[in-house]
Amino acid sequence: MRNVQKVGVPVAAIVLFLIVWELLVWANGWPNYVMASPSDLPEAYSRFWNLFLIGGWQTLWRTVLGLLLAVVCGTLLGMIMGFSRIARDGLYPLLVGFNAVPKATLVPVLALLFIGQHNFNTVMMAFLISFFPIAVSVGIGLSTLEPEYRDILRSLGASRFTIFRKIALPKTLPEFFGALKVSVTLAFIGTNLVEIISPHGRGLGALFLSGQTNSNYPLMFAVLIALAVLGILLYYAVVALERIFAGWAERPQS
Amino acid sequence: MTNLIEIKGVTHAYQTPDGPLPVLDNLNVSVPEGEFAAVVGPSGCGKSTLTRLVAGLMKPDEGEVWLHGELVKTPRKTVGMAFQNPVLLEWRTIMDNVILPLEIVAPTMPRAKRRDRAMELLTLVGLDGFEDKRPSELSGGMRQRASLCRSIVHKPDVLIMDEPFGALDAFTREDLWQTMHALRAKEPFTAVLITHDLRESVYLGDQVIVLSGRPATTQYVLDVKYPGEGGERKLEGLYTPACSDMLAALREQIQIAQGRQPEPAVQS
Repeated sequence: MRNVQKVGVPVAAIVLFLIVWELLVWANGWPNYVMASPSDLPEAYSRFWNLFLIGGWQTLWRTVLGLLLAVVCGTLLGMIMGFSRIARDGLYPLLVGFNAVPKATLVPVLALLFIGQHNFNTVMMAFLISFFPIAVSVGIGLSTLEPEYRDILRSLGASRFTIFRKIALPKTLPEFFGALKVSVTLAFIGTNLVEIISPHGRGLGALFLSGQTNSNYPLMFAVLIALAVLGILLYYAVVALERIFAGWAERPQS
Repeated sequence: MTNLIEIKGVTHAYQTPDGPLPVLDNLNVSVPEGEFAAVVGPSGCGKSTLTRLVAGLMKPDEGEVWLHGELVKTPRKTVGMAFQNPVLLEWRTIMDNVILPLEIVAPTMPRAKRRDRAMELLTLVGLDGFEDKRPSELSGGMRQRASLCRSIVHKPDVLIMDEPFGALDAFTREDLWQTMHALRAKEPFTAVLITHDLRESVYLGDQVIVLSGRPATTQYVLDVKYPGEGGERKLEGLYTPACSDMLAALREQIQIAQGRQPEPAVQS
């Protein structure tokens, strides 16, 4: 019963969303070059299914790679900021400033720096856009560790590394996964930004662009839905990891 | 008898943006081996600083802290600590929480032996059957029991407690006082207990040390002569005239420490 509800409710919500969308298009009498309706999508998918598979894979692996980079670098930055006050004071304004820069403006910068390295540029953008939440949450998680937690091991003469491994790291995991959920969707935005803006792009973003140049509006909407599906899949992959590594933080529902 | 804990002329000040804030001023405390010292004093008088000094987590500006005839400079494996917040690790079971100090102090000890040792203590405090639960599934009193087990699992010489029962309701607190006596009967250790509760200090302590207001110095030491036979301390003992007299004396000292005139004793 619990599981039926867990899967059934979100599926019902999605079906409801599609029905409302379809009805809106129908009621307003929008032609499909103004607004595509869900019923236009199956045709787009069946006509271009191989492009969707190739593009979807390209988008996915570059996003995941960028995200992995963000996890590694974000965690390292977070550790530096979490353990050192000076590093925190010095790095915070820089990071906030960097995060405030619209990432679209970085696409030409990256493109000029690494000419022709399309895969590399895309991965870099996914990384640049998604490391910030991870760095901040890990930093805050570590710097707000109550001194008593440290003292129970420090009073036994444990090394800093042992305290980090046994207490600080696991204690920060819930915050880390919270940030990772935000970063997953951000990384997709980064990947698609490069795919759409840069010439001769690849992946779903490029497919979206070709839909635009060919005025194939149903194809463009089909790409958007495909991106949404990829985003949902990756998000729930993170949720599954969270269950495994930080499931303890979830309180039993009474 | 030798003193296991010897605090000699300790003076300490914290550096704050407004200049140094003296918290301890020529503090002297001696606790013989196996004795239980309760420390009371006004809020913010530096009691917690005292625990950190004994644990070797910080060094005093002046004076010396000796444990077992050795000068304390750094943390030592022979110390156990318990706080008002039980600070259990939420991602570990109760069993794995209790085992934690053994992972540091005795890394080569086989897991089965660690479990046996932890189980022995958990049974003693009435937590058998809860070893596989997570801390979030336990009540506040049970968590504090688990925390006490963790603080003595590695058989420390010295147990330092900073208001471990402060956040518990009155009945749970009395339960835990009795648990504390049960633990002491089985596990010999020398204890320093920081508390705000005068009845607690008399029920648990062999001596009660009253600290003055900040900067704290040893103002008064009460040698507890708990009423009752055979050395077993019963809760009812707290309501005898002998205990009332001790509590009255302590209260008067606290009032002096707070810088107030002691209230005239009520004529009965």
